[in-house]
Amino acid sequence: MSRYTSATDADRAAMLEAIGVSSIDDLFQTIPDGLRLDRDLELPDGLSESECFDHLASLAERNAHADAEACFIGAGMYDHYVPAIVDAITQRSEFLTPYTPYQPEVSQGGLQVMFEFQTAISELTGLPVANASLYEGPSSVASAAYLAIGATKGRRRLVVSRGVHPHSRETLETYARGFGAKVVEVGLRDGVTDPSEFENYVDQDVAAIFIQSPNFLGGIEDMEALSAAAQESGALAVASVDPISLSVLRPPGDCGVDVAVGEGQPLGNRLDYGGPSFGFFAATEENMRRMPGRIAGETTDADGRRGFVLALQTREQHIRREKATHNICTAQALNALAGVVYLTWLGKQGFVELGELLARRTAYAKERLTAIEGVELLHEAPVFREFAVSLPAPVEDVLDRVSEEGIAAGYPLAREYPEHKDGLLVALTERRSREDIDRLADALERAIQAGSGEFGQPVWTKSTEAAGAEAKA
Amino acid sequence: MTETLPTRPPTNADTPTAQQRDAVTTIYEKSVEGRRAATLPPTDVPERSLDDLIPSNLLRSQPAQLPEVSEPEIVRHYNRISRRNFDLDTGPYPLGSCTMKHNPRLNERVAALPGHARLHPAQSPKRAQGALDLMWRLERALAEITGLEHVSLQPSAGSHGELSGLLLTRAYHADRGEERPKVLTPDTSHGTNPATVTMAGYEVVKVATDERGGVDVDDLREKVGDDVACLMLTNPNTLGVFDENIAEVASLVHGCGATLYYDGANLNAIMGRSRPGDMGFDIVHVNLHKSFSQPHGGGGPGAGPIAVSGRIEPYLPAPRIVRAEGSNGAAPSFDLSYDHPESIGRLRGFQGNFGVFVRSYAYIRSLGGDGLRDASEIAVLNANYLLARLRAGRPGKHLPVAFDRLPMHEFVLSGAPARRELGVKTLDVAKRLLDYGFHPPTIYFPLLVDEALMVEPTETETRESLDQLADAFESILAEAEEDPRILLEAPYTTPVRRLDEAAASRRPVIRQANF
Repeated sequence: MSRYTSATDADRAAMLEAIGVSSIDDLFQTIPDGLRLDRDLELPDGLSESECFDHLASLAERNAHADAEACFIGAGMYDHYVPAIVDAITQRSEFLTPYTPYQPEVSQGGLQVMFEFQTAISELTGLPVANASLYEGPSSVASAAYLAIGATKGRRRLVVSRGVHPHSRETLETYARGFGAKVVEVGLRDGVTDPSEFENYVDQDVAAIFIQSPNFLGGIEDMEALSAAAQESGALAVASVDPISLSVLRPPGDCGVDVAVGEGQPLGNRLDYGGPSFGFFAATEENMRRMPGRIAGETTDADGRRGFVLALQTREQHIRREKATHNICTAQALNALAGVVYLTWLGKQGFVELGELLARRTAYAKERLTAIEGVELLHEAPVFREFAVSLPAPVEDVLDRVSEEGIAAGYPLAREYPEHKDGLLVALTERRSREDIDRLADALERAIQAGSGEFGQPVWTKSTEAAGAEAKA
Repeated sequence: MTETLPTRPPTNADTPTAQQRDAVTTIYEKSVEGRRAATLPPTDVPERSLDDLIPSNLLRSQPAQLPEVSEPEIVRHYNRISRRNFDLDTGPYPLGSCTMKHNPRLNERVAALPGHARLHPAQSPKRAQGALDLMWRLERALAEITGLEHVSLQPSAGSHGELSGLLLTRAYHADRGEERPKVLTPDTSHGTNPATVTMAGYEVVKVATDERGGVDVDDLREKVGDDVACLMLTNPNTLGVFDENIAEVASLVHGCGATLYYDGANLNAIMGRSRPGDMGFDIVHVNLHKSFSQPHGGGGPGAGPIAVSGRIEPYLPAPRIVRAEGSNGAAPSFDLSYDHPESIGRLRGFQGNFGVFVRSYAYIRSLGGDGLRDASEIAVLNANYLLARLRAGRPGKHLPVAFDRLPMHEFVLSGAPARRELGVKTLDVAKRLLDYGFHPPTIYFPLLVDEALMVEPTETETRESLDQLADAFESILAEAEEDPRILLEAPYTTPVRRLDEAAASRRPVIRQANF
């Protein structure tokens, strides 16, 4: 009997008899000869629970995680504290183990969570209509393009700021080939998108413009000016936003943005090496019937009691098939639950306090780091919780040295922004104290000095030694 | 069983308790000014005014209206509303095509280890070797299970895998200078298939189903041609039957230069017994939240890795995981590789739903190859046993099986006779099942079957629970013979009774107003 099943030999015999066949093999006779696998799968034998735990634990040990080092890496996912109640609530079987609420009479819990989540996202973004989640951030950006092409009756050009997350731009590019659309990129000036340059690209063929605020280099964009530039020609303005920034920054709905999307991980979700998290998607009233994904709505039951159901289902693939507004089915309901519990835990005041703390720590970290000789800001635009600097030494070497001191200093920009090959993106959360910031600054300074060799012999790290030994061998 | 179940709506005597009433208030309605749960770390840096740091035209003028509640109230609220959900851990959930199998708690435990849960996705690969090793191992296992050598774990769900599959198909044909506008899908396909076809810029062409429940090969023969890019298929299909003509189907599709796509929603029928790659499929997606035990979470998260044949491999999404053998007996090392000029590119951020990979990898290692095969065998045994029970008595008369063949892990009944003869629809039978403590099967799908009920018990259910489900169907149909109104007004025992779905779409109230 394999793990997690109950059929004993006696069960099997009785069930086969009831079916009227003599063996399990008989049940697979409908698979034609030659297509039945005539050997065992070449996979390791099953493990006992304790062996399996030990094996997975040994893999986990080979990862430098955010409890083992002070993590200043951001780039779209952030090391925020996840409160204990998030785990307690999301691990409840009633939330963990059902599926999509197709039978609303026995899914009121999940549907109410969706309704509360939609309200929270609507409040954060300042837009009236929010769905119950998409997969994650970058694919939500691409999904907004699909809405925009539909809303503009088939315009096929998408104009995207270089400040939008590189993963979002790449995902948009991938999806655009399916949409038959072309993506055009607009550069940054002084750390933010230049509205006047944007205007040059926006015409009657453009379905939407895409901006991100704060942008990938940390700069806070003037969403109002950029949206206005788009809308003059009838294009939609799509903004990707860091949900934590909406604690203190002006919401996209106030700035004339048509669709706001974003990565939900910072809201009570684990880092999880990149997923699962959730994407959020909010829009203006007029785009309600073009929205992708599940949306819960309030209604009443046969006795007049308040209840919740999946609303506007005629948009969706299971009803509308090839005419659906999106192909999504399974989304990220459990992660969205974590999001709404987290926002509730922070509450109205706590959310603002968090935003203020991050802005102040970021200002402090900016000053501490730029006090190091040769470290300079990449731009002077206002920032919220993340900022970009250039280092006077090779970034990868500096990161390796700093990691020896138990610090993940940030995200290197070279691969995705070759124009900033010395660039480093540094992010703050409430978990990175002033003491951590001071440690980071000191470690960076030492690593840069070691790298530049300016103050005597370079301090070779273990990893450089190992690499040298390997090269000899 | 029936004697104790209400067969009428509650009367005034059944007034809800304070706790039940309380559950239908939202967290916003519980908000009281000045209450809070979180305490944040103190401000340990200079306490500058926000206006000094950020220009005021970029700042929010009013705080977001979030609830103001204490921690005990948050816990009570969500625990109470959770009880208004039916869940797999409480009872049978034979929802067809969804594979509601047990979610091992070991998998939750290993996914929560700090080395997994607290690993930043942009951590240098040098310092994330365990994560990349795990992903590599999962890729190899999925390659072996599907019979297709090259794997990308990136897609976030089945629908995302489908979109990847068609974008791969587009890239493959573009490379050959071919433009093919059409994609074929059977009339039994999941709704995601045609929705994906449109999203990927193709036109849907439906292929008929033959009288045995498989692809109508004659219809297919007429529709294949050099304007066809792909055929998307589920096998066993949504009727639960294995397509006997799959070899011929594959040869027709390949003959015209199209790709053959496998929707892996039904992989739980055949693990270790048959492989999509051996059937001739070029691209497969695997729903890790179905066959590989990731909890469904009330509608996600899941993951939809894809496995492909050699001719599709160059176009796989990037980055990809690469493994280098260690020299002189050193352990192998892993890296992310970005340099794939023919790749379709990214489908999402970072490396995919890693937390899902951890759970599914733990599941595969717990069961091993034999265990996976055994899981599929029991899933098929359970479906066949349940169908054998349902062929007898009233279900056999009123809810006959739609295609009378040996099914695999699921089967489809038709409620057409029940509607005709008893005046109860499939919806009514489903709602009455709720009173009996079962989640109903998938209903009104596939569209091909009138009044369809699609039943997938999975290997999780015991023989006793299958017997109880069969007994419940028998008993419900007896009620319908006696008084159809019992079904027409069901359910009676659930937190709410039938809901007005039409009103929710006509005048949508999709967020809390005025709190």
